[in-house]
Amino acid sequence: MAIEVRIPTILRTHTGGAKTVEGAGKTLSELIDDIEARHVGLKERLVHNGDLRKFVNVYVNDEDVRFRGGLGAEVSDGDVVTVLPAVAGG
Amino acid sequence: MRFASLLDAVGQTPLVGLPRLSPAPDVRLWAKLEDRNPTGSVKDRAALRMIVEAEKDGLLRPGATLLEPTSGNTGISLAMAAKLKGYRLVCVMPENTSEERRQLLRMWGAEIVSSPAAGGSNEAVRVAKRLAEEHPDWVMLYQYGNQANALAHYEGTGPEILADLPSVTHVVAGLGTTGTLMGIGRFFREHKPDVTIVAAEPRYGELVYGLRNLDEGFVPELYDARLIDARFSVGPRDAVRRVRELLELEGIFAGISTGAVLHAAIAQAHQVVKAGRTADIVVIMADGGWKYLSTGAYEGTLDAAEDTLEGQLWA
Repeated sequence: MAIEVRIPTILRTHTGGAKTVEGAGKTLSELIDDIEARHVGLKERLVHNGDLRKFVNVYVNDEDVRFRGGLGAEVSDGDVVTVLPAVAGG
Repeated sequence: MRFASLLDAVGQTPLVGLPRLSPAPDVRLWAKLEDRNPTGSVKDRAALRMIVEAEKDGLLRPGATLLEPTSGNTGISLAMAAKLKGYRLVCVMPENTSEERRQLLRMWGAEIVSSPAAGGSNEAVRVAKRLAEEHPDWVMLYQYGNQANALAHYEGTGPEILADLPSVTHVVAGLGTTGTLMGIGRFFREHKPDVTIVAAEPRYGELVYGLRNLDEGFVPELYDARLIDARFSVGPRDAVRRVRELLELEGIFAGISTGAVLHAAIAQAHQVVKAGRTADIVVIMADGGWKYLSTGAYEGTLDAAEDTLEGQLWA
């Protein structure tokens, strides 16, 4: 088993158009590093100065990682990680 | 209850138990029925408060033109108030919003400027900001950054919940402008800090996230992550499933976004049960289902409902 990562349209230039990619790691940070090895450039779009970029939201099993330790959030096999740009509601 | 006019009848909404959806006798869910506000949504609180504060500050004078980016409810609330107070209202609305919302806006006399579906409300905000530059005499109350939006909940919704349910342990609400949760969150941080504040945000179809680049992303100026404890993304399938359960089990006909909020609330309730604790969990029901009937979310299979909501701004 691996961790499924859902990629938004805007970042699929880094995944050859794939909507989902798979990766491994104990934390979100490790997972992003693992994916970056096969999808170069993705990390730079997600992370800046050691933190998630302001307009990037990442969810582990639908929960916003910013409330689970951010890049240090724990992940494990079978989790679904969703990346989305921040958009307005209301 | 008696009020001088409709504008005075905002708030003081009922809090009703959800005994059939509650997972245990001492882990209870409660719904705060914000559809009982004058135009049928929680946004009456924020819209009226923004107008009152702008009048106090001298920003709004008789005959003024209001401008607001809105996917619906805030526009409808502003339109009603603007009609009664003699203001003109221009709403910038994404074109992928339900027809009912447009009809209601027109009925109350608002003018609608459509913004492109791709990019959702981000585009509406951008178009509104451009219009504001072109028309410096128009007044944009700007729900995403106007402190009066959160203040309405800090002084209204939050205290109402605590008065009706002193044993409250959780409040779960939708996250759009973030005003509801910022106001309620700040109130409880100050008055009962052990209350867990949970946000449920709608997860839309890909079209809505179709920005040209990530720098076009948007975080409302009101948002302060310290005022909430957890934030969940809920897709249309779970939202529709829960909104149907709410009708089936408790008889409440709610808007689709309430399904998303209920989904997050039920997850909290199950966590509490697992931990062997007790809880009184308040679910903020933003509006009724009337405005969303044409989306098809209330009939047929979940698959069909999910398909029909793809690309729509359903919350």
